Amino acid sequence: MSILVIAEHDNASIKGATLNTVSAAAAIGGDVHVLVAGHQAAGAAAAAAQIAGVAKVLHAESDAFAHGLAENVAAQVVALASAYSHILFPATAGGKNVAPRVAAKLDVAQISDITLVVSPDTFERPIYAGNAIATVQSADATKVITVRTTGFDAAPASGGSAAVESVAAAADSGKSRYVGSEIAKSDRPELTAAKIIVSGGRALGSSEKFTEVITPLADKLGAAIGASRAAVDAGYAPNDLQVGQTGKIVAPQLYVACGISGAIQHLAGMKDSKVIVAINKDPEAPIFSVADYGLEADLFVAVPELVQSL
Amino acid sequence: MKVLVPVKRVVDYNVKVRVKSDQTGVDIANVKMSMNPFDEIAVEEAVRLKEKGVVTEVIAVSCGVTQCQETLRTAMAIGADRGILVETTEELQPLAVAKLLKALVDREQPQLIILGKQAIDDDCNQTGQMLAALADLPQATFASKVEVADGRAQVTREVDGGLETLSVQLPAVVTTDLRLNEPRYVTLPNIMKAKKKQLDVLKPEDLGVNVAPRLKTLKVSEPPKRGAGVKVPDVAALVDKLKNEAKVI
Repeated sequence: MSILVIAEHDNASIKGATLNTVSAAAAIGGDVHVLVAGHQAAGAAAAAAQIAGVAKVLHAESDAFAHGLAENVAAQVVALASAYSHILFPATAGGKNVAPRVAAKLDVAQISDITLVVSPDTFERPIYAGNAIATVQSADATKVITVRTTGFDAAPASGGSAAVESVAAAADSGKSRYVGSEIAKSDRPELTAAKIIVSGGRALGSSEKFTEVITPLADKLGAAIGASRAAVDAGYAPNDLQVGQTGKIVAPQLYVACGISGAIQHLAGMKDSKVIVAINKDPEAPIFSVADYGLEADLFVAVPELVQSL
Repeated sequence: MKVLVPVKRVVDYNVKVRVKSDQTGVDIANVKMSMNPFDEIAVEEAVRLKEKGVVTEVIAVSCGVTQCQETLRTAMAIGADRGILVETTEELQPLAVAKLLKALVDREQPQLIILGKQAIDDDCNQTGQMLAALADLPQATFASKVEVADGRAQVTREVDGGLETLSVQLPAVVTTDLRLNEPRYVTLPNIMKAKKKQLDVLKPEDLGVNVAPRLKTLKVSEPPKRGAGVKVPDVAALVDKLKNEAKVI
């Protein structure tokens, strides 16, 4: 039994979510191979070869993979699929985009967002915003899976010495073209990999206040910044900061929710955090029902005071 | 140019579902059902494209039980021109829905298919991508902006780290994210008008699709409960707890 993990990478290096996905593959058991489909991606392939537990790295090189277009990456995975019992993607924006395309081409069901491997054909996955956990079994010959990274520890990024094998690149579909992107550059830890997250909600009231109040606390704690959907919809914070059912799923050591009421959709994205702090002036806010430490206070007073006392 | 908008009937997003005590699923008897919020955004986007004159006809499709007709009437009240229900009582998984939609794409030949990026019940996030693969169409998922011109759609997508823009050749599949638009409120006159719109009912067999589920659900259980902790009186007490009790800072 061999398992193919599709690496999330930026051509130069491997993204953290790949490491958690390798751990999920190890939990299934069998040889773990990693596919790096990219453009000038030798750096990423070399980094993948260092991951502990990886037996082989497949490197597909083409400018058609430069921006990870789903049509092209899916075609590459499908071309390699017959050698594998399981194909695993991290449940990131990139993985979620490509995996169902692969599953449909192989005529198999996809198992989304697994959080636990029960056996090689049986997995746990949250449904209804995490309000229920389904145990599902697949009888398909190839299991196409996306892995919720918070469900699995990251495999060590070094210690491995896998061989890197070049594989023939799939052709460009020609139907989709990359135009551009606006990716925020930040020195902060990545939201999904951060040990501490400071998150702001609608109570912040404006984008200026969001920055003014949340940023100093995040700086002080060396934390990533998150936001509720309400704050993102209102334009206080960019979309990639959204924590919740349909945004980022996070599980840091410490999650500080400031002015977030705690809709079930938000809780779905952060309730597996080790320690949750809620600062909210509404004593009835549902966020308090999951918080280890609740502080009933005006965040515009309490958060700066917290920054002072740290 | 025709647009096809698949819509799903799901438990309303305000309802907190309960797991059945026999662990066979969640209890959806007597629970409020609504259109999947992401699909509502899809209908709104299609209708806006029609209002701009880019699109001539908006066709809403739903797959599932008889009551999905209500979901289709809602789509028509927002502004879809007609509806198609593929009626079945079988549990429909994303691959089966994608196959049904593929058959309808072959019949209707839409230039654009817009649907929600994920349904809030099974949280799968698969159907749009699967449909694109089966119909061999390009895809632009998690859209926050869609512009259609000259046989292509330019789509801004919400990705990890920010936004990405793709240009896809039509016909294409677009899946919606939350920021694409804010769906309008349906008005009573439009609800009345929707009742008179055409709604065709088909069976999966009419489309030659086998919808038997591929994944077997062995059980559905409650997630581990997270108990409420303590309220602290002030910031000093909070810092003390974090340092000395939780030891996280």
